[in-house]
Amino acid sequence: MTKQEYAQWTQEESPKSKGPMNILKAFVFGGGICAIGQLLVFFYQSRGAGELGFVFASLSLVVLSAVLTGLNVYDNIAKHAGAGTLVPITGFANSMVSAAMEFKTEGYILGLGAKMFSIAGPVIVYGVSASVIYGIILVLFG
Amino acid sequence: MDLFLLLKAFLVGGIICAIGQVLIDYTKLTPARILVSYVVLGVILGGIGLYQPLIDFAGAGATIPLTGFGATLAKGVREAVSSDGLFGAFTGGLTASAGGITVAIIAALLAGLLCKSSEKS
Amino acid sequence: MAKRIGNKTLILSSSPSIIGYAAVGAKKEKQGPLSGYFDLLSDDSSFGQKTWEKAETHMQKTAIELALQKCNTQKDQIDFLFAGDLLNQCISSAYASRDMLIPFFGLYGACSTMSESLCLASMFVDTGLGQRCLAATSSHFCSAERQFRFPLEYGGQRTPTAQWTVTGSGACVVAPSVQAPFIRAVTVGTVQDLGITDINNMGAAMAPAAAKTLCQFFSDTRTRPEDYDMILTGDLGFVGSRLLERLMQAEGYPMAKLHNDCGLMIYDRKKQDVHAGGSGCGCAASVLCSFILPQIACQRLKNVLFLATGALMSPTSTQQGESIPGIAHLVYLSSTPNPKEVIC
Repeated sequence: MTKQEYAQWTQEESPKSKGPMNILKAFVFGGGICAIGQLLVFFYQSRGAGELGFVFASLSLVVLSAVLTGLNVYDNIAKHAGAGTLVPITGFANSMVSAAMEFKTEGYILGLGAKMFSIAGPVIVYGVSASVIYGIILVLFG
Repeated sequence: MDLFLLLKAFLVGGIICAIGQVLIDYTKLTPARILVSYVVLGVILGGIGLYQPLIDFAGAGATIPLTGFGATLAKGVREAVSSDGLFGAFTGGLTASAGGITVAIIAALLAGLLCKSSEKS
Repeated sequence: MAKRIGNKTLILSSSPSIIGYAAVGAKKEKQGPLSGYFDLLSDDSSFGQKTWEKAETHMQKTAIELALQKCNTQKDQIDFLFAGDLLNQCISSAYASRDMLIPFFGLYGACSTMSESLCLASMFVDTGLGQRCLAATSSHFCSAERQFRFPLEYGGQRTPTAQWTVTGSGACVVAPSVQAPFIRAVTVGTVQDLGITDINNMGAAMAPAAAKTLCQFFSDTRTRPEDYDMILTGDLGFVGSRLLERLMQAEGYPMAKLHNDCGLMIYDRKKQDVHAGGSGCGCAASVLCSFILPQIACQRLKNVLFLATGALMSPTSTQQGESIPGIAHLVYLSSTPNPKEVIC
């Protein structure tokens, strides 16, 4: 039995993800979160927030996600929503809040404080790095 | 209230998430890699000026997904570079996203202090 | 005295007995089809402890104490304790035995630890190095999840091939031959790796090891699958079980009808949302100690080949891109001791 043959067998015996259904659910949940975000934008803009309405909406969703994660609800929604709750800013918040809750048993400094970034850290690292490269390109060629 | 804009936010946000689900189910990308890719993609799209039209079209449908976070980084850098030059390349990204990151940190700290993880059902 | 036959199989001529055994589980195990057979099922998965690691330690300690109670044995009568679990540096087992003052061997065989510890305990008893030896393992969904995967509240989606770590523990007291279940032979497995890298498909990673050990045992003992009532693997789950049956078919030992898997028995796969089935050291251990051993004791099952299967990767090796090696140790359990002619 070669590794290639076995990989073939493994693929044959492994049940597939419920493709279209999963994608539809991600679409509905993700779209729903964005629609809630848009409602928040309307609300803040009606109070005179202007362009900052978008920022306030994102921040509100971060807080909402933290509350749902703290109440042990977010993971139960995410089980169905998949990328629908992962890709919006709420997923970013959930990754930090869940890690903080989980690792506080290892102390407030190296547990909660450090491991909060175990999933969200790379997002900040590579996002900021990409933006710095973009900035340098702007300086050189802009 | 602009119901059409609301619908567009739902559709565009939903499509961006659905693409993420396709990546999870049909490629070997892990969720963490997908998040990183989305942010970097947002920086690139924001940098070459393709993301702002999407925000104008779909509002929160484009700002709430993590690509919007990337676009914010790019926008911040662009503004900082135009006012501070090279220094702005290093300050613009985090300055523009400081609100989101700080709120997430404080929320995580509070939840970490107050809440306990429970077994999944 | 143990006798080597064939290449890698040890016949334990004295046929040591498992005189006491106990299984402990938690809430999800209580909702499963085997709930009636456990010695103790806690609705509180934290077992009243502050951390999941302490909960697992407490659970393993409880299983050991119940097993001792059931055979009226005191801790100081135990010569050796062989125990292991999934956590880094095997802390659940080490901390569980912290106050027991029993000579302790800490084992790491991932989910194969139940058969590994049972192999060693029975070999020690068979060769007379110990009069009574304990074999115990545990796993806890929450402690395993935070070590191997993500925080519990993280919104991740499990793939259909992923398995659910059993919150459970099993312990066996092995003593010189008196009554069923007897341990008649053991085959220590070799590490096998057919290149599976998906940590959400552990069954596929472990199936080749189970097939290798089984073929080894059959050729060493010149027996066939039909000679046994049940071939019980530890936690191959749905995907791994199918692969094992195919691998054995290809080797000329069809055994699909005789094969069962602890990971498929402990939960109702359809109702309990566990995807490909249960896994973890506690899966094989608790199913063996709750459901299988009593049936061998009352002769309902006569000859059972028990193979707990382990995936020997760590988060580090996975992140470094290594494939997942598997291992499976075989323990031949029987309601009758080895016949005399084998002994001489």
